[in-house]
Formats: sequence, structure tokens, C-alpha cells
Amino acid sequence: MGQIIVMTSGKGGVGKTTSSAAFATGFALRGHKTVVIDFDVGLRNLDLVMGCERRVVFDFINVINGEAKLGQALVKDKRVDNLYILPTSQTRDKDALTKEGVEAVMEELRKEFEFIICDSPAGIERGALMALYFADQAIIVTNPEVSSVRDSDRILGMLAARSRRAELGQAPVTEHLLLTRYDPSRVERGEMLNVDDVLEILAIPLLGVIPESQAVLRASNVGLPVILDETSNAGMAYADAVARFLGEQVEHRFVKPVKRGLFSRLLGRPA
Amino acid sequence: MMVLKLIDPTCETFFSGLSEKVRLAPNFFRNAAVVLDLDSLPDAQDCDFGDIKARLRDCNLMVVGVQGGHRLQHEAALRVGLPLVPTGRPSRAESRQAAGQTGAGRSTLVIGDMVRSGRQIYAPGGDLVVTAMVSAGAELLADGHIHVYGTLRGRALAGLSGDANARIFCLSLEAELVSIAGLYRVNEDFDPAIVRKPVQIYLKEGYLCLEPFSPVGR
Repeated sequence: MGQIIVMTSGKGGVGKTTSSAAFATGFALRGHKTVVIDFDVGLRNLDLVMGCERRVVFDFINVINGEAKLGQALVKDKRVDNLYILPTSQTRDKDALTKEGVEAVMEELRKEFEFIICDSPAGIERGALMALYFADQAIIVTNPEVSSVRDSDRILGMLAARSRRAELGQAPVTEHLLLTRYDPSRVERGEMLNVDDVLEILAIPLLGVIPESQAVLRASNVGLPVILDETSNAGMAYADAVARFLGEQVEHRFVKPVKRGLFSRLLGRPA
Repeated sequence: MMVLKLIDPTCETFFSGLSEKVRLAPNFFRNAAVVLDLDSLPDAQDCDFGDIKARLRDCNLMVVGVQGGHRLQHEAALRVGLPLVPTGRPSRAESRQAAGQTGAGRSTLVIGDMVRSGRQIYAPGGDLVVTAMVSAGAELLADGHIHVYGTLRGRALAGLSGDANARIFCLSLEAELVSIAGLYRVNEDFDPAIVRKPVQIYLKEGYLCLEPFSPVGR
């Protein structure tokens, strides 16, 4: 049976879709059959970040409504084997996500895939609730700033109270913290919360720290999951986080500021 | 039965305000039986119950008795034919005596998990004990005391139904707001010397005191 993983945050713009794309690609690169689902009905973005927007015919909502078979809506990634995308509708809204409909899709996907990644919309309303409801594991995407940490805390509370596991009294959803857009030099100047501050408030295990990187925007604009940019810090940090998720011991990189020599300081900006 | 709480029967606007209220729902109030609650009156306050009874009759309300209040007020009520109605709760004089022994016999709500942002926990009629952290944006409410064996970052409101003897205890005070029996203080007004320290909060002579715990044995 496949594992359902929700990528969630409460707050918008923290990197849920980027992280969903990176993790899905990372799992698939390691040979795990993976599907990533866009729950942000009405604000369809995942297919853009995955670079498959021109191949979308049917979507998640069509499948929920019985207008298309799951196999017709799944888009196979062209670069990586074992990777599928279930895009959402741009013309509908979150009310189209019925609990029964989502459950039926999840049960069908569970039989075929090892990992099912649910890319949650921002907020704590229906879309976000449906994305987290069926989760076995949750990756909480947080930026090192107080409002993002506060919203993550709220979402953790909802996972503990309103997920299916909570309602059925099963073992709780496994929680992981993914700290994104981390800028060690700004942390050192006191302009950002540091890793320990965030861990103290949220009190969940740290899965990874993704450094602030220009590679993320560059990659998302060309529809390439940033994990495939193996030369970028962000790409390497995502690869580490995926390895940790799969149980490997990998040290955290990119948490300390890089010591730069005089020439690099004079001549340019970091990659 | 409908209970009308008397706070200041000499207030001029009271009866006009009441008849305005009655006019909004005439069928609901038509000849309704009303008990006067005297608990909020000062002990020595003299009341002309005959006058109150007549003026309420003008509002289409029938006074059938009184509850709470002081013995002398009960006698005044009896003289105009208003009996004392038992309330099932202690009279004010009794509750004052009982106030010294807070906590006894109350039910206590114990929460073992971290209380995260957005969650509200209420311990009606008793104490609330949290053996974990309370996040910013969470809210603890109790009619009795609140104990937090962890960092308190959210709001804590003890003595919610007016118990001025309720207290708040926490291992590290970083709360957004603390309140006892309606008196509150926000984080911005905390003395920096007590922030992030073990603190107890209580009412003393009508003022909210936030006091650090000194280490045991020193």
C-alpha cells in the first residue's frame, strides 16, 4: 500500500509546490513509483512547475466527478521514469473536492504507487483540509519568519485533530519539518529566525533546510523541478532531504553561512 | 424561568431600556414570570420592591420572587409578597466563605499534548492543567486555575466566571495575554524581568500580580 504524503504550510508562497515537485522527482529518481497531486483547485500551478502544462487533457476534478478515468488524467513525466502528475482544474473551485471523491481517487492510487504526494493549497479551508485528510505523513513547509511559523503551528494542530487518522483514532500522522528559503547570512545578522528557534516553537523533527537560491525561481520558470538542477544548493538540499525521508543519515548542509574570500566578495554574488 | 439581574435599580434609563427590549418581542415577554436576582446589589442597598414590581408590571412582566442577595433585602421583598426562590447555588455570603478553599471538589481537565495555534481549550467549572507547551495563537480558558508545565506562548484566562482567587502558573512566561477574573495584561506590558521565567499570576487587592517563582530552597 502506498504512503500518502501531504505537503502543507498554512501560509502561501513558502514553497509547497516547489517542494512537492522536488520530492516527487527525488522519490522517482530513486526508483519509487510516485504521483504528485495538485489540490489547489482553481489556481493550477503544479503542472507549470513540473513542465507538463501543455499535455493536460483531463484533471483531478474530472476524475472525482467520474468524467474521466484516473489513467486518462495522470500525466507521465518525460524526464524521469516512475513519475506521474495529477493536475487540477483551473476553472473550478475547492468545493469540487468532495471527501468521497478524493477518497476514491486516493484508494485507487494507493494500489499503484509507492508515494502519493498531495500538494496542498495555502489556507486552512476546504482545499487544505482535503489535502491533509488522508495523509499518513506530513511535510510542513516553513520559512524562517514568525508568520510562517505561526501558520505551520496551526496546520500541525489541524493534522492532529482533523485528519482521518485522528478521526479514526489511529496512529497520528508522521510530521516532518522542511525549512525553506533559509539564508544563513541573514540569520547570522538576526534578520531571520534560525533553525533552532523554529524547532523550539514547532517541536517536530527536522527533515531538511533548503537554502534561499536563485535556482528555484529559474527552475520553476522553465518547468524543471529544482532537484534536477544538481549543481544548485537548493537542488542538493532537496536531494539530501529526500534521502533522509527514506531513512538515510545525511548531515545538514547549507545551515552555516559560506565564508567568502575577498575576491568573490568583490566580484560577484553567490550562485 | 426568566431571571432579571438587578444591578442598580435607581438607574433612570433602566425601565425605559427594558420596555424597549420587551417591545421588540412582545409575544415572548407577554405576562412572563420573572425572578429578580439580587446578587449584584450591594448588601446594604435598600430596594423598594413594591415600586419595582409595579413598574415591571407596566412592561408586561410579572415578578414572582427574588433570589440571592442579603437577608434584609429578602425581608423587604417578603413584605410586598415576593418569596425567596432557591437557586441551587450558594448565596453570595456563602460563596465568600467558600472562597478560601478554592480548588476542592472541582473537576480538573488535564491536557498532555502540545496546544497548538488556533486551538481553544476550556475547563468549565474547574482547573486546567497542560503538561506541554502552549503555542502562540492558542487559548486556555478555565473557571479555576491554569497550570502550564511548559512554555506559555498563547493566551491564558483563569477565573473566567469571576473567581478572583484563580491563579495562572507556568514554567516560562511568553504569553500573549494573561487574565484573571476579567482583569488582563498583554505581553507588551509585562516586566521584561519576568519574561521567559517561571511565573505565577494572581489578583491582589484588585490588581493583577505577575510574580516569578524563586528556586526552591533559596
